[in-house]
Amino acid sequence: MRFKLKKTYMEDIKLFPYKTDMVWYGLLLMLLVFFPLVAGHYWTYNLTLAGIYCIVALGLNILTGYTGQISLGHAAFFAVGAYSVGYLTTILGWSYWIALPLAGFSAAASGLVVAVPALRLSGLYLAIATMGFGFIMEQVIVQWKSVTGGANGLLINRPSVGSWSLSSDSEYYYLVVLMVAVFVLLTKNLTRSPTGRAFVAVRDSEVAAQTMGIPLARVKVQAFAVSAFYTGIAGGLFAPLINFIGPDNFSIVESINFIVMIIVGGLGSIHGSIFGAVFITLLSEFIRVSKDLIPAFLREQVGFQTAVYGLVLMLFILFEPTGIYGRWLKLKYLVQVFPLYRKDTFRRVRRFQRSERTR
Amino acid sequence: MALLEVRGLYKQFGGLKALAGVEFDVEEGQAHAVIGPNGAGKSTLFNCINGICRADRGSIRFKGKDIAGLAPHKIPKIGIARTFQNVELFRNATVLNNILLGRYMHKRTSLLSESLFLPSVKKQELEARRKVEEVMDFLDLQAYRDRMVAELPFGIQKSVELARALALEPELLLLDEPSSGLNPEETQDLCFWIEDIKEELGITILLVEHDMRVVTDVAERATALDFGAVIADGTTEEVQRNPEVIRAFLGEED
Repeated sequence: MRFKLKKTYMEDIKLFPYKTDMVWYGLLLMLLVFFPLVAGHYWTYNLTLAGIYCIVALGLNILTGYTGQISLGHAAFFAVGAYSVGYLTTILGWSYWIALPLAGFSAAASGLVVAVPALRLSGLYLAIATMGFGFIMEQVIVQWKSVTGGANGLLINRPSVGSWSLSSDSEYYYLVVLMVAVFVLLTKNLTRSPTGRAFVAVRDSEVAAQTMGIPLARVKVQAFAVSAFYTGIAGGLFAPLINFIGPDNFSIVESINFIVMIIVGGLGSIHGSIFGAVFITLLSEFIRVSKDLIPAFLREQVGFQTAVYGLVLMLFILFEPTGIYGRWLKLKYLVQVFPLYRKDTFRRVRRFQRSERTR
Repeated sequence: MALLEVRGLYKQFGGLKALAGVEFDVEEGQAHAVIGPNGAGKSTLFNCINGICRADRGSIRFKGKDIAGLAPHKIPKIGIARTFQNVELFRNATVLNNILLGRYMHKRTSLLSESLFLPSVKKQELEARRKVEEVMDFLDLQAYRDRMVAELPFGIQKSVELARALALEPELLLLDEPSSGLNPEETQDLCFWIEDIKEELGITILLVEHDMRVVTDVAERATALDFGAVIADGTTEEVQRNPEVIRAFLGEED
């Protein structure tokens, strides 16, 4: 078992506490760089999609996992990002590189609009309110034809740098990988600084957070805005990837998909966001690929894929509420303390066994 | 002028008068105990000072400034910190992060600079850790630095909460039943700490306490409450000998 003896405060703060981590992340980066060269068009496209969902999952995890404010309306922020890019590049003819940040900021602005009335709500009521926002956005997309193209949708071209167009899937893949890396770093920075800790404080105890001088309303609004910004940028990356966006891309199912990602991956962790997003995106591919193995009456069923998602979510909540990342940590621990690991090492203490005073 | 002056404080919950004209002074540099039987209004008093609940009537002056009705997150900024009877910690964070949250209100960086982790943020983080280290040294929490709060025993959790309040660098510290749930040994430690907080850090202490040994050990002055009203106020010995107080605690002889 490795034990870290910290000698300076820097060792608390730095990105890679262990030298070996750097090696592993370096290897991962190499793998990602060479992936499109070996994997081919189809899987590169899917991994690009997974990368975009990683950014969404990071954003949603900041709001739901870290700050404890559930949102069932993130598809709306995703839509705001996607349509901002669509409108600015296709209809107004602006450069994508100006449109992309604006997509993030317009989503953040809509995040503020949702956050202010949502301040007084929590739990189920917040879920319903954000879901309502999602439905409103869906209607806005259909009705506001001059901007969104209505039900006909909007065609969006891949961006270009000067004369070099990122039109192939592998070129676009590199852009997305870069953006994922940037957003992972941003999230990591946020979680190791005072505002990130304030998010966690608001989640764990609002009363105590206030007695620490944390303005609840402001911190919650910040969480909403940051989360919406991430999702907006992801939307701005999503639109050129699939080239065509319509109202169907941003339905409630998509919002639930995002929630499933962070719960399956692990709430309140960066690793969890990535694991969840990649797992859920590849799961749908896996279902498609393995369709031949599934009996015909099942695979022809409408909503088969959604049902599988639901099943996965249920299984995770029942058997591994800490998500894939939680399971990963346990496996790591098992290897580290090898002969000492016991079946009950991570068993949760039952409620009635816990003494009353610790609640 | 006293550090904290409470005048004519009233608070009613439905038909229940939780506070009915509470008045007392807390002198700077002293430890002041508030005692009283269950339901006497002690916690409500704390919640009113703390801004968590708003008094119906009356004034609370801190350093001559009226603070009644101030939002709870503004209270620590003027120099009042508190702990809770049943610890209110951030359970799914490490001890270090819990105490670092005590430094939140001293932060000077914005959301943007924190996202980019600019050198100013780094410097601030190092500074905060130095301060937190002092507090952890003071309360013997080094061994638990990187542990999750939820997995720690109750006694340690209480110390963590005290540490978090001290990290705010308050002038007045409100302790709501600091010894409840502690074993005799931990209670003894607590008495020493309260003494040290007062003497070494120069922080004024107002505490609600049921354990009379703790009260006589640490507090110079005491105020006794019963049914929301002050029934005795003076030095700890005076209050303890006061027949009204004895009656409130033990009941009357037939």
